[in-house]
Amino acid sequence: MNVSMRNTVKLVVVVLAAAAFAGCASHPKLAGPAPTGYGPHHEGGYGPPPSSDEVSQGEEPAATGPGSARDFVINAGDLVYFDFDSYGLRDDARQVLDAQAGWLRRYPQVRVRIEGNCDERGTREYNFALGARRADSIRQYLVGRGIEGARIETISYGKERPIDPGDDDAALAKNRNGHTVITGGAR
Amino acid sequence: MNSWAVICAFIAAFAGLGMATAPARASIVINVDQGASQPLPIAIANFSGSPVGAQISQVVAADLERSGLFRPLDPNTFPESTLDVNLQPHFDLWKSIGAPALLVGQVVNEADGRLRVDFRLWDVYAGDQPLGLKFTSAPENWRPIAHKIADAVYEKLTGEKGYFDTRVVFVAESGPKLKRIRRLATMDQDGANPSYLTDGSYMVFTPRFSPTRQEITFMALRPTGASIYLFNIETGRQEILGHFPGMVFAPRFSPDGHKVAFSAEKGGNTDIYVMDLVSHATARVTSDPAIDTSPSFAPDGGQLVFNSDRGGSPQLYVMGADGSGVHRVSFGSGRYTTPVWSPDGKLIAFTKQEGDEFHIGVMRPDGSGERLLTTSYLDEGPTWAPNSRVIMFSRETRGGDSRLWTVDVSGQVIRPAPYPLPASDPAWSPLLH
Repeated sequence: MNVSMRNTVKLVVVVLAAAAFAGCASHPKLAGPAPTGYGPHHEGGYGPPPSSDEVSQGEEPAATGPGSARDFVINAGDLVYFDFDSYGLRDDARQVLDAQAGWLRRYPQVRVRIEGNCDERGTREYNFALGARRADSIRQYLVGRGIEGARIETISYGKERPIDPGDDDAALAKNRNGHTVITGGAR
Repeated sequence: MNSWAVICAFIAAFAGLGMATAPARASIVINVDQGASQPLPIAIANFSGSPVGAQISQVVAADLERSGLFRPLDPNTFPESTLDVNLQPHFDLWKSIGAPALLVGQVVNEADGRLRVDFRLWDVYAGDQPLGLKFTSAPENWRPIAHKIADAVYEKLTGEKGYFDTRVVFVAESGPKLKRIRRLATMDQDGANPSYLTDGSYMVFTPRFSPTRQEITFMALRPTGASIYLFNIETGRQEILGHFPGMVFAPRFSPDGHKVAFSAEKGGNTDIYVMDLVSHATARVTSDPAIDTSPSFAPDGGQLVFNSDRGGSPQLYVMGADGSGVHRVSFGSGRYTTPVWSPDGKLIAFTKQEGDEFHIGVMRPDGSGERLLTTSYLDEGPTWAPNSRVIMFSRETRGGDSRLWTVDVSGQVIRPAPYPLPASDPAWSPLLH
């Protein structure tokens, strides 16, 4: 098969953390800095997210009064958990979701996104599908409790956004979750 | 953008060097399924005529060694230091160091500015020349020339097609586990020429090469949702593949390059769809309330193998490309996912999860002959080299360090892939030229 090979784009010389590569080819322009792996101190621009102490000056601290996102998290709860490979709602999940529904009825202008999450003991694509099932399970429950469907969007992060970096059963259990995030309309 | 000049391979058998016979059949034969237990010693001399000759020899040696079937000998032991590609070597001297195979070459800068590389493979014990070729291209293409030489040697001695003149698309990982950064990347299969195609500001997953064009498909995930993209490698232009209300993921090209199969989720239910890239007509090929994902076309495009939990747990199923005739093909205990049909059509590679272990395995398309090739805390996502002999996959440790690894289909050669940094989701290109 005759396939034209590579671009004649003027090469941006790529300095890599790993071995030097001799010679030639030109490639699409390098997007962003060269990678440096995970890094124990998050080098190379991939620093950790800012802590609350580092909120830039001039910003108001997050609102905590009634109808705020913080109020939702503290007084209703934004996380429910699932059994392995399951998207059924346990009793403890329903309790939290009842509180979420009550809160959302009280503040009818608030919109949310349900994020479905999985533990890491599964493959990538299947876990996107499982996370979508979990998010939809929660959405259906909230709709059944009287929240308009148009207020609720869903997304699956599969196993890609764990909240606990551990690999023991307790950590995995925390990562099998549905996370309700306010996307608009909060005070 | 201009493209590089296409490599013109003038494959020309050399005239015999005054020998009575035409190039003889090799008496060296490597059995691909057993050869890794005793790799063939091979002497690869620095190619003469230009400094790039030594670089070419190094790339060839590294390719052959990485296959697990060859053991390049230390050049410090070579009994002849200046080898003319046009002269027969002193076979007795090479026998004395136990080198059954000897590769000699020269680099010539032609009058039109192109680079020509002539090489001969010598069978030392038979005293003849199984292979003699020359490749010509633009000078910047010395690496592809080296890979084609390695492919020619591999093919002559094993009887299998080579896989060295290829690239791999993958996801380069960085950052902490709870906020992992994922960038789309490509590289030569030997780790050279890495190229980063996205900047990490959004997550990317499961890229695939088009079999017919310089194009990649992949899934991008942002808080606003998931999208499948077509990315033109030459222009850098990205195009969204349709708009869907829910999650979309797991895109792959059909073997003719005209379609993309993918998963789309609606109301929590994930099914497989196939979109025609010209008309954008989209057909839904599964409609089961189960999870149906990870489709992979058979090489003739007529069937799909996919992952479904319609039977209660994730298993592998095969169906016609129109969704007809669904039947299960995985029957062992455990959970089967990420099926990938081999380019020669003879095997399906997959990820199997059983207990607390993950494996890369292969089976025949009817489900028979299941063999597990690897075991670890988390192996997943196999991709086939175009010769159907080597598989690349992701291996992640407890703690979340993910790397690329390769395993040959005999299971004898398991080693890290040549990319030295954290990475996942590899997909192999076709042979480039």
